[in-house]
Amino acid sequence: MTSRVQKDGFDPWREVAAYQEARNRDWGGRYGATAVFVGSLRDFNQGHPVSGMTLEHYPGMTESYLEKISAEARARWELLDALVIHRYGPLLPGEPIVLVAVWSAHRDAAFAACRYLIDELKTRAPFWKQETTPGGVRWVEENKS
Amino acid sequence: MNVIIVRYFASLRERLGRGEEQVEAEGVSCVADVWSRVSAEPLPANTLVAINQEYASLASIVRAGDEVAFFPPVTGG
Repeated sequence: MTSRVQKDGFDPWREVAAYQEARNRDWGGRYGATAVFVGSLRDFNQGHPVSGMTLEHYPGMTESYLEKISAEARARWELLDALVIHRYGPLLPGEPIVLVAVWSAHRDAAFAACRYLIDELKTRAPFWKQETTPGGVRWVEENKS
Repeated sequence: MNVIIVRYFASLRERLGRGEEQVEAEGVSCVADVWSRVSAEPLPANTLVAINQEYASLASIVRAGDEVAFFPPVTGG
């Protein structure tokens, strides 16, 4: 299980491929299912255009909650591994914000754990989005979607 | 250490005009006491709190040396 919070942009598909390549020996080739969720910055929100975003986080607490949530998923489903990467700092529309990838023997556990990880991350990991819109910057108040 | 470290994030940090400060631990027993030391205003609705980077409640016990954080609902992902 690996989780990472970073300022630099990343390519989620390369990350998934590289992680799988590096870890497959430990997994003994037992994975039969990989579920991946990628969240990217939209260029609109609640009916207005968005030209950029800045993500603030609580260093330390963010990392520890990503670890906690991963450990919970591992306790609940039979997983081989999981990879979570989340950006902070300035982002442009189209850029990936978050990657959640889960490997397991079967699809049910992979889908369920992937969903759990992103849903729990959204409600518990201390990140805050500030959007740049034509009317100026504004804090996103709620995680609706 | 006879102080409590208090931290604020996002819109609450901007509203207060500061990200971090220290308050004297003497006379402080719970998170609600910390807030009343740092602001005369009521705590904004929906504010979340953490002690030493773990979610807590307004009634949670605070000790000298603790880090207490106040922040709006999280919006990551």
